Amino acid sequence: MRDLFRGKLVRITAEEPETYAKSEIHWQRDSEFVRLADSDPIQLSSAKKIKEWAEKRFEKGLKPDRYSFTVRTLDEDKLIGFFGLRIDLMHNEALVGIGIGERDFWGKGYGTDMMKLCLQYVFSELCVERVSLGLHEYNARALRSYEKCGFRLEGRTRKDILREGKRYDSLWMGILREEWLQMQNGDPI
Amino acid sequence: MFDIQTQLFEGQDIRFGPIDHEKDPGIESKWTHDSEFMRLMEVDPARPLSAAMLKKQYEKLEKEVEEDKNLYHFMIRSKADDRLIGKAAVQWIEWTNGNGFLRLGIGAAEDRGKGYGTQALQMLLRFAFAELNLFRVSAIVPEYNEGALALSKKFGFMQEVCRRRSLERDGRRWDLFVFGLLSDEWRNQL
Repeated sequence: MRDLFRGKLVRITAEEPETYAKSEIHWQRDSEFVRLADSDPIQLSSAKKIKEWAEKRFEKGLKPDRYSFTVRTLDEDKLIGFFGLRIDLMHNEALVGIGIGERDFWGKGYGTDMMKLCLQYVFSELCVERVSLGLHEYNARALRSYEKCGFRLEGRTRKDILREGKRYDSLWMGILREEWLQMQNGDPI
Repeated sequence: MFDIQTQLFEGQDIRFGPIDHEKDPGIESKWTHDSEFMRLMEVDPARPLSAAMLKKQYEKLEKEVEEDKNLYHFMIRSKADDRLIGKAAVQWIEWTNGNGFLRLGIGAAEDRGKGYGTQALQMLLRFAFAELNLFRVSAIVPEYNEGALALSKKFGFMQEVCRRRSLERDGRRWDLFVFGLLSDEWRNQL
């Protein structure tokens, strides 16, 4: 069977709340990162708050429709980012969001490796029919990476985001199970 | 001077009003026993709801309105007899970006196809653009909701996104569309 948690550059982990909080504080202060990752203004959170938030997520047990993981590099074992999945259990669809908070790891294939791992996890372990994501028009690096992973652009909500006086579209992408399977070149699942 | 005299919450045959916690739950409970209504309104599994469940939902909704400040919710009533006809809302508003999502439903089968939806959407758009000052609104419409597709086109919404095969119902997969209308486009139609 495939190793679900290990890619070419990164592996999937679950971090202790203290470790995660330390990284998250550091990532949140990079406004370029948060403006690429989100459309809401960021609220800088304390370590205490982030820890509480992380703990609250598993307080009531793990939920079958929510998955959030962190990612470490294989060579230095450095915590560089995260990804989150929300599954629509009725319609077998997953919504994914990923981010690399450590900017030294941008543009080097880490995001693509993360997304490939994420797709492998969703399609071969969670058995969904499609995966969706959204991004900002000004995040060209993400668009290229997602296309490499097999996502297709399914449309854009026009002038959705206002940044420093100018409006930008939001882009919406999706990949179907059969499209992902075709990309696996017949490797056994 | 702006058009202060044209009432925001009064249409030709309908008006927008608040929830009536005594009367509305029983009426909406009847609507929810029609699976077609539930499947057109929600992508979550259709299920009949009792008046008691709906009472709780209304309370939750009012709490959300108070706390989150990104939701405006209206009950649609007939002007002739004050009867509850449907529900309308602007939701998921992002104030910094000036965008939001519209939601609209006419409850009873006998009230559909009478133009109430058209009047309600007209009022909802005026509220979203002329009162909330949004820059754009979106509507999420499944491929199988023909009424909503026709209504979106009638008001000049553009089909912006086609989320291929996003929904599963009756043993097959359906596309989910996102329609968008910008404030300029709305103003030019007036």
